[in-house]
Amino acid sequence: MSRAGAAASVVWALAVLAAAVIAARARYSTDLSAFLPRAPSATQRLLIEQLRTGPAARLVIAAIGGGDAASRAQLSAALAARLRADPAFASVSNGDEASSERDREFLFRNRYALSDAVTPQRFSVPGLHEAIAAALDELASPEGAFLKELFTRDPTGELLHILDTLGGAQRAPHTSAGVFSTSDGTEALLLLQTRAAGSDTDAQQAAVAQLRRAFAAERARLPQGGALRLRLSGPPVFAVNARALIKREVMRLSLVSAGLIALLLLTVYRSPTALVLGLVPVASGALAGVAAVALGFGAVHGITLGFGVTLIGESVDYSIYLFVQRDADWRRTLWPTLRLGVLTSIAGFVVLLPSAFPGLAQLGLYSIAGLIAAALVTGYVLPHWLPASLRIVDLSAAGARLARALAVAQRARAVLPVVAALAAALLFAHRGALFNHELSALSPVPLADQDLDAQLRADLGAPDTRYMIVVSAATRAAALDAASSLSARLTPLVDSGVIGGFESPARYLPSPEAQRARRESLPDAGALEARLKSALAGLPVSPGRLAPFVAEVERARGAAPLTAADLAGTSFGAAAEALLVPSGAGWTALLPVAARAAGDLPADAVRQVRSAVAAGPEGAVLLDLKGETDRLYSDYLFGAARLAVAGLLLIVLLLALALRSVARVARVIAPLVLAVLAVAALLAALHERLTILHLVGMLLIVAVGSNYALFFDRLSHGAHPGSQPLTLASLAVANLATVLAFGVLATSSVPVLADLGRTVAPGALLALLFSGMLAAPSAQAGAVH
Amino acid sequence: MRRSRVALAAALTTALLASGHAAGSDPSAVLDQLLTLLAARHSSHVRFTEVHEMAMLDRPLESSGELLYEAPDHLEKRTLRPKAETLVLEHGVLSATRGHRTYVLRLGDYPQVVPFVESIRATLAGDRAALERFFRVDFQGELEHWTLTLVPTDAAIRRKVAEIRIAGERDVIRTVEIRQSDADRTVMTIGPEITP
Repeated sequence: MSRAGAAASVVWALAVLAAAVIAARARYSTDLSAFLPRAPSATQRLLIEQLRTGPAARLVIAAIGGGDAASRAQLSAALAARLRADPAFASVSNGDEASSERDREFLFRNRYALSDAVTPQRFSVPGLHEAIAAALDELASPEGAFLKELFTRDPTGELLHILDTLGGAQRAPHTSAGVFSTSDGTEALLLLQTRAAGSDTDAQQAAVAQLRRAFAAERARLPQGGALRLRLSGPPVFAVNARALIKREVMRLSLVSAGLIALLLLTVYRSPTALVLGLVPVASGALAGVAAVALGFGAVHGITLGFGVTLIGESVDYSIYLFVQRDADWRRTLWPTLRLGVLTSIAGFVVLLPSAFPGLAQLGLYSIAGLIAAALVTGYVLPHWLPASLRIVDLSAAGARLARALAVAQRARAVLPVVAALAAALLFAHRGALFNHELSALSPVPLADQDLDAQLRADLGAPDTRYMIVVSAATRAAALDAASSLSARLTPLVDSGVIGGFESPARYLPSPEAQRARRESLPDAGALEARLKSALAGLPVSPGRLAPFVAEVERARGAAPLTAADLAGTSFGAAAEALLVPSGAGWTALLPVAARAAGDLPADAVRQVRSAVAAGPEGAVLLDLKGETDRLYSDYLFGAARLAVAGLLLIVLLLALALRSVARVARVIAPLVLAVLAVAALLAALHERLTILHLVGMLLIVAVGSNYALFFDRLSHGAHPGSQPLTLASLAVANLATVLAFGVLATSSVPVLADLGRTVAPGALLALLFSGMLAAPSAQAGAVH
Repeated sequence: MRRSRVALAAALTTALLASGHAAGSDPSAVLDQLLTLLAARHSSHVRFTEVHEMAMLDRPLESSGELLYEAPDHLEKRTLRPKAETLVLEHGVLSATRGHRTYVLRLGDYPQVVPFVESIRATLAGDRAALERFFRVDFQGELEHWTLTLVPTDAAIRRKVAEIRIAGERDVIRTVEIRQSDADRTVMTIGPEITP
């Protein structure tokens, strides 16, 4: 080996070592955040925060099926009791009497701190008279016989008042044998909230595993437990499954495409040495890509490694060109073309770097670093390593056949305008349904799982978390105060039927200020007794009967303020915790708003809620989680379209600089644009709605396809005429490798990977075909004969 | 919590609406006759007044409103005073409407409520077997002037409601009295048919 070769090899070895160290020490993340956009505005950041860590992201639904209703209920109770003691879960509700009893007791015991009806006016003589008269009316109502037991202790009806304002959902969960169940009664349901945030997939995985273990243990203790099965749903479960899926898929896709490409190369080269050498740039590129992402982003997303499969497809091309066209004076003729191809590919990926989606930005950086490394290794290291004895199958004969086929295809050039017109017509026909504007299109959660989750949620009457009022303040107490004043303005909307209800953390945990005001509204025993004497005039109750009331008010006056710790063990604890969250430097209170009927708030209701929210100084906002997310995603979709166009322009600019001829640039670009058009039309015809990944895929068609077009350009301009067959052969093999890699990606069950694969695999094929058909015929003629 | 409140309402309302039947001289035969008579009425719309006697109160509370029945399973109790509240039982679903708020309860989910609902439905539909599934039925008097005493067979329900006494003349129910286990009681007096 020459001195230059030795130097290159040493540099390569050092670089590989450094990259390997970086890659080995990198943090790998696998949560679903790679395709949640980085949000620019404060409201949008809040939104993303909610999607990742909000109460909805912490909800697990466990469904126990099989066996009979009694054993399901028994297991539900045992499981709930066990998990309530588990710190991994903030709350467990299964509808059993014990837990609702505990809740009721908590509310009754703390009614004077919790009821917003407690004011000095309420405890004045006229106030007491009015409240007690109203409570007597309730006694005459159908539930009176049950209320009467509380009357002497709570004659102002505070408990009923709290119950009436509590909870937004009016759809009561179905129950069977005393516990929550599906509407058809075949499965017992438990609603669990994990303590860990939704974005902490490790903790979610531990919680889910804990849940499964608890189920197995409790089932083993039941005589007929064997028939019982557990099904889990909810965002934490999805996150855990998606992570496993991504891991599995990345592994599978990498192995399958590497295997297929190795098989292809072995078939073509018939030389194991050539195969191993050919994979060196690929492996070097992948390693460089991982290292670059680790350095640039701090963490490598699992999905980025999945995209890495695409790098295999493209970087393997370089060594193919080198091996197959080895006899050419490669440094002078081949390398400049290859270099320009690499640059145009990089131009395509560069525009991904500023993308708002971390996943795309990582893909951009990964590919750029990978391509540069692979090209450098191919250009400067690999040539030194090729043993003189390396013999691969001569592809001239195959190349000649390809040349003849190409000549035939070129005569059919006239169909290309027809293809273009057809594609344009198809796209025009589908113009209303071209794009998928829903973020869920990128979700790796299978549709069936999403449907099951929606069904179970409906059965449980789980609060709809689509609409949420968000208000932030510097302190916990201030956030609770803001929630209280918002509640006061929202209550009229519930009373007038505009909205079905709403939740507020201040209901379970009033701010210290509100509690103090309520406590100070309560008169002392002497004053209360005196006021009762006058207040009860004309009512069928004698003051002596209400001695328990006087005693309880006295107790409430001296009671310690209610704190979050007092909520432990009740189902309100989790609600308060989920609805009052630390954020940035302060605290954020969340007030989910429920529609009257199941489903979405009518536009008019949204308007009224918005104006109620804006009527105060709290600076609160109403978020429509699904609507805003989809809108946000839509914005990014068009942002991605702009990026793709920018990438195309960058590539055109680069070509213009290198080729210095409008005609040549047009000949290189036209087939690529046509390929993109055809693929887009194909996808539209197959009713595949375009996502952001399809758009990126189209950019990749141009980036990858430009290599092919440039080789045809070289054939037409200045290449040795006799080099055509080998050039064609190497292009065919390279193209096959690319189509294989992206084709494997197309089979993925992770939508983002599949979208990309389904776009680029046919696109690369068409790009080669169209480039060949449109190639300038001058050099062509000489080659055919 | 709201659910539990509705459950309470359901239990009691259905108890209030409950009517039951028993046999007198030849108890079984007369009861059958009575049930046949009652079943022949396919709808009724009447006023009612209720008096609630409670030991803790110096004098009874009163409420009033209208009752509606349409065979086979639509029952409605519209309390107009002192507070408007409508309870509707239809196809095994009980809904309570207070002001603009409606609470819905599926009876299938609340087996403890079913006896009461079934007692009304069974009585008005003349379904003796269903009636006897949930109550010990005692008939006194004759068709012209009868009293049915229903004692819940379920111990848990009996802890709350000692018995339900329904008195009437032929196919007209005059009073429904619910005696609670603590000796408080509610007497509903049913007025004449409201002609549309």
